[in-house]
Amino acid sequence: LRVEWRRSRSEVEGWIWGRRSASSAAHQKVCVVGGGPAGFYTAQHLLKDVQVDIYERLPVPFGLVRFGVAPDHPEVKNVISTFTQTAHHARCCYYGNVNVGTDVSVEELREAYHAVVLSYGAEGNRSMGVPGEDLEGVYPAKDFVGWYNGLPSNRELNPGLDCETAVILGQGNVALDVARILLSPIDELKKTDITQRSLDALAQSQVRRVLIVGRRGPLQIAGTIKELREMVNLPDTKPEMVASEFEGMAEALKVIPRPRKRLTELMLKTAVDPPAEKERQRRQAASRSWGLRFLRSPLEVLAGPDGARVAGIRLAVNRLEGTGDGSVAVPTGEVETMDCGLVITSIGYKSLPIDPAVPFDPRKAIVPNSLGRVQQAAGLYCSGWLKTGPVGVIATTMNNSFDTAHSVVEDLTSGCLDATSAKPGSTGIGPLLDKRGVKPVSFSDWEKINQEERRRGAAQGKPREKLLDVEEMLKTVPLLGRGFLM
Amino acid sequence: MAASTAVRSSMGLTFRLSRVIRQCSASPFYRLNSCVDGFALLSKQGFPGGLQTLNRQLQTTMGVCHNDVGNSNAEDPKDVVNVVYVDRSGKRIPVRAKVGDNAMYLAHRHGIELEGACEASLACSTCHVYVSSDHLDKLPDPDEREDDMLDMAPLLQENSRLGCQIILTLEMEGIELTLPKVTRNFYVDGHVPKPH
Repeated sequence: LRVEWRRSRSEVEGWIWGRRSASSAAHQKVCVVGGGPAGFYTAQHLLKDVQVDIYERLPVPFGLVRFGVAPDHPEVKNVISTFTQTAHHARCCYYGNVNVGTDVSVEELREAYHAVVLSYGAEGNRSMGVPGEDLEGVYPAKDFVGWYNGLPSNRELNPGLDCETAVILGQGNVALDVARILLSPIDELKKTDITQRSLDALAQSQVRRVLIVGRRGPLQIAGTIKELREMVNLPDTKPEMVASEFEGMAEALKVIPRPRKRLTELMLKTAVDPPAEKERQRRQAASRSWGLRFLRSPLEVLAGPDGARVAGIRLAVNRLEGTGDGSVAVPTGEVETMDCGLVITSIGYKSLPIDPAVPFDPRKAIVPNSLGRVQQAAGLYCSGWLKTGPVGVIATTMNNSFDTAHSVVEDLTSGCLDATSAKPGSTGIGPLLDKRGVKPVSFSDWEKINQEERRRGAAQGKPREKLLDVEEMLKTVPLLGRGFLM
Repeated sequence: MAASTAVRSSMGLTFRLSRVIRQCSASPFYRLNSCVDGFALLSKQGFPGGLQTLNRQLQTTMGVCHNDVGNSNAEDPKDVVNVVYVDRSGKRIPVRAKVGDNAMYLAHRHGIELEGACEASLACSTCHVYVSSDHLDKLPDPDEREDDMLDMAPLLQENSRLGCQIILTLEMEGIELTLPKVTRNFYVDGHVPKPH
């Protein structure tokens, strides 16, 4: 009891003693822009001390957890329970359907809040920058993933799947996810939250062979072992590798760190080792194939006879200079052509500037910062991919966001931010949005949309059937925008 | 008995508080990170009229904070396993657990900041901990899927395991689980310093 007492005493002391600051603690208001993992993890840590308002462009929250994580990886989406708990916190308010940059400016948010954290991620694509990139049948992986995950802006993608071979440029986890979704048995996919539209398209797909092409070697692939293992174990598929591309790997294995080592061992086993009898038979019976190809960079996407659709891709053959992560692909001058009817570029997401008032580094495509503090902008912070670039899994974003939250709290308590004068927070922003005809979606509004999606999914034996249309989402919510202040 | 203890305690509080109030001249900001819900309750209710209400709210706060019993109230000494968590600031937090407890959920019950994004389904590495070397071999070997997830954890070490896969047994008595110091280690250019 004594230990409990001491803790309680200091709490009460803080409460009575700093009563003014306790009420200004209740008045310290931080705004987070972006309702994905970075936004929610940043909010989770900030909520210990301050009021947090999360603004999200779409009516629905969770960002890439909803629109990026593959439909057949539902456990990765369990993090939504943590985010939901955060949203339900007494000091947290969610405002969906608010587009920061067009409905309200970052400057207006900075006036209304003690601090603003930008966590809006990376909505753009890196492009190959080669001729033919605009041909029909060439899609950025982000858009393809958005299509099968129900991102409203990718709803009408309608990718052509009536060819035998698909080539994916890039060898990260997004590339492996796309390959797996292209080749997965429909019976497996139909139990997931993949959109019905894309499920129907995949059921008609004629794609039987997927090549995943990287500009460097096997020791540089960016994908991780879980996703590679899923390809190796994918029913009704067989690996189609070029054993000579793996020469010298066994030697290299001896000196590399564990994660890279285990991944390379799996690749070698799949590409080089003669399979056991059962596996040999399984491969023989498989109707689909997938393979990794190395040391190839795109030079040009080639059109077929109609001049409009992709029929092949011309690639430069590279050699590696240097070793390990720092090695660089250098063209040898040799060139190769691969026939294919579908090209998916999975070479990276890219953050975009949403407001001219926010410093932005166009070369790195991030907001320049130090430990999450935006350079030359007191009271402005960033977390997630906007802070570090679009690399990493949920755990990486989590740590990155906790760091930023730490910086914010440090600045609020040290006095280097003006945290004592009252700020209006959402009571300042609400009237602005109202005047502009913007109707924010609350978290309990999202829960109604969620219920509707789950209801529709249950009818199909799926966890949910996502609404694909912002208007439809808004129609699902009765009395939308009735009260900005929850 | 609880009531009289509370009364005695609250008397002590009044004395201590009056000392504190007399001394202070500026208004520092107190971080209340041990009992968020209790504080939210207090601040939502506003300033109570007088010490009686304060006393009542104090008991509420104490009630909310008193949470180190875990799942069982009847403690069978045969089942007790003592665990020490070392948090990111280096603070040691001893916990009396029982055989069968899951090290990740145990940490959650005791307010230790160990995340569990995928809820123990081997789909993330957020519950990554370092196991004390004496106890490492008392754990069953990791599943291939656990190793796959560990491969993605920053600052991976020989003694790394996922907390959600550690189920306590009597042999693990005295086990120490250290949270990796991942914060402040990510730089803008992506540089990650090597573990010491």
